[in-house]
Amino acid sequence: MLRTFDMGDWIWLSRTLGEEKAVNSQNKSFNIACPAPTADTGYIKLGHGSGGRMTEQLIEQAFLPALSNKILAEKEDASVVPLTADRLAFTTDSYVVSPIIFPGGDIGSLSVHGTVNDLCMRGAKPLYLSAAFIMEEGLCRARLETVVNSMRDACVESGIQLVTADTKVVNKGCADELFITTSGIGIIERQFVPSVSSAEEGDVVICSGDIGRHGMAIMAARAGLDLENTIESDSAPLNIMVDRLAEIGVSLHVLRDVTRGGLAGVLNEIAQASQVGIEIEELQIGVVDQVRAACEILGLDPLYVACEGRLVAIVKAVDEAIALEILRNSPHGQNAKTIGRVVAEHPERVVMRSRVGGRRIVDKLSGEQLPRIC
Amino acid sequence: MRFVDEFRDEKQALLLADQIRKATTQPWRIMEVCGGQTHTIMQYGLPDLLPNEIELLHGPGCPVCVTGLELIDKAIQIASLRDVIFCSYGDMLRVPGSKGDLFDVKAAGGDVRIVYSPLDCLKIARENRGKRVVFLAIGFETTAPANAMAVKQAKKMKLDNFFLLCSHVTVPPVISGLMEFPETLVQGFLGPGHVCSVMGWTQYDELCQKYKIPIVVTGFEPIDILEGILKVVRQLEAGESRVENQYSRAVTRDGNKEAQAILDEVFDVCDQEWRGLGLIPKSGYKLKIDYANYDAEIVFDTDSDSVCESGVCISGDILKGIKKPKDCPAFGKQCTPEQPLGATMVSSEGTCAAYFRYGRLDLVV
Repeated sequence: MLRTFDMGDWIWLSRTLGEEKAVNSQNKSFNIACPAPTADTGYIKLGHGSGGRMTEQLIEQAFLPALSNKILAEKEDASVVPLTADRLAFTTDSYVVSPIIFPGGDIGSLSVHGTVNDLCMRGAKPLYLSAAFIMEEGLCRARLETVVNSMRDACVESGIQLVTADTKVVNKGCADELFITTSGIGIIERQFVPSVSSAEEGDVVICSGDIGRHGMAIMAARAGLDLENTIESDSAPLNIMVDRLAEIGVSLHVLRDVTRGGLAGVLNEIAQASQVGIEIEELQIGVVDQVRAACEILGLDPLYVACEGRLVAIVKAVDEAIALEILRNSPHGQNAKTIGRVVAEHPERVVMRSRVGGRRIVDKLSGEQLPRIC
Repeated sequence: MRFVDEFRDEKQALLLADQIRKATTQPWRIMEVCGGQTHTIMQYGLPDLLPNEIELLHGPGCPVCVTGLELIDKAIQIASLRDVIFCSYGDMLRVPGSKGDLFDVKAAGGDVRIVYSPLDCLKIARENRGKRVVFLAIGFETTAPANAMAVKQAKKMKLDNFFLLCSHVTVPPVISGLMEFPETLVQGFLGPGHVCSVMGWTQYDELCQKYKIPIVVTGFEPIDILEGILKVVRQLEAGESRVENQYSRAVTRDGNKEAQAILDEVFDVCDQEWRGLGLIPKSGYKLKIDYANYDAEIVFDTDSDSVCESGVCISGDILKGIKKPKDCPAFGKQCTPEQPLGATMVSSEGTCAAYFRYGRLDLVV
């Protein structure tokens, strides 16, 4: 079965290559009198967004070598792709991280992982990706190349295919180096779709690894923290572990990737949507020493710090052991642990037993997590 | 993690909790002075471990909370000027003045920056000679030496575009102030560990004698707090009133002499307005006349319209320890960390914010 879907105003190769080539061949004499601006410097210029020859060169030099595939190479207005399922999952996300390259990843891999993870959290198999690049005039070509190459690697690892894309260039100061928006389509092959509102009393709460690495990698880079060991982002695709969980028939009531708002944010969303209470144990929640140390210095609570390669799975208690085994044997899931359980008491509240034994409420974050001062 | 984990150990905590239970024969009300201590108490759910007889009152030791409304208004006026780069610790940006906060100024195009140290501001001043760089210098005796150092450095570097907007407060006068309130409930204090690491603990000796109260200088980890409480309870039960030092890994009798010397060199003691508590004599620092060129209050011309607080907010009574957040009709309703009505909801170290985020189950459910 073939389906066509319209990605809106995208002007990838079809327009930039096809139409401009036609215009240039008609007006060849002008090009001799008015030489085109030089395009081969190490920085993105406004001309790279003109839709003309410079755009063509940029795409051919900086994007296609890494990202080209059969569907992209068709250079049509919209990509036509095969699909074999009754139900689709469709998601979109924008990436504006600063710095664009950080320990453990960059905006390119992040923009693939984020969208792949959103798809697989609904039990979908990620298939097709779109990407829109908004580049700031002056962006270093070498940095762009790093980002594009890591997008390719991330696509390969997660098995998603980039089928349509767009580039724009804005004046210096109108963006911060590079923004990327990705959208993804996946197919749902199984009957049950995990949902934030499906947690049930008695379920166990599993986290696929230690928390806080992505947020602290970014914060440490921004604050110029000189730590003994660099904190690397945990940015990673989660679809393989989810696939394995589903394949073996684990009762996945809720799947949620831990992103902005941190573990505390995700658990609160689940407790509210499912009208249940959640109890967690501080001592079971993994936080590596570097992250803890950086959090101490900056006055942050790791529970609220973002991850980009961790998920929370809420499963039936009988499936706890098998779920943990599968996660621990999957890429990016070695440190999976049960961190708590779903209870009937205190609905919509997340309660944590602290490492010294006292209990307290874990609330959602209000606004930005600002460093304390004393 | 070394130097941290041993102070967050569950066995040790339960042992101390048990000792507190055994030592307690009647109700006692103990105030922790510092916002950082309040934060730890709520974050680790310590009230859960204490016997019902022990009531913790949360004191005025959050500098963000007690910074006067008038000063916030001045900060907002100065930060709105086109030639100013306004630098502050993050928490201060959300503190509501009488009209908006510093985030509003930033959103409207003002150059407001979050810094982690006043020395960062010197760098900004050096790199932006055409701009005036103002640092909102708040805090207790802990942050004051670094701010004094920044001013000295600025003078040495001949930077004429760096200024402090100063609202420094000191702990001993506010303890006196609290004990002088006729309605005071406090029977013993957990003293301010970090302040004492700078100032030593001799000043607190006088307070113990004058008001017949025990003060135990206490650290900020859960084991510190529980040990501090145990020491206060033992003194209360024995009818004693003296200074004890629980935080001996950081605090000595005389404190940090170099830091004290630089405070004396740069600051004069002054009367200070505390948000929620009013004017407390000799409870603040202001820049000495020799450093007037660096004093934003002198250099910048600001209006001081009459300012008024929200009528509902009871943050003053909370800072005094007379009331708890649950006594406030606005708590968690009109007043939340996103839309704080008063001082104690603003900072993450403020009592209301700590209750909102880490609240005990019996208070919320």
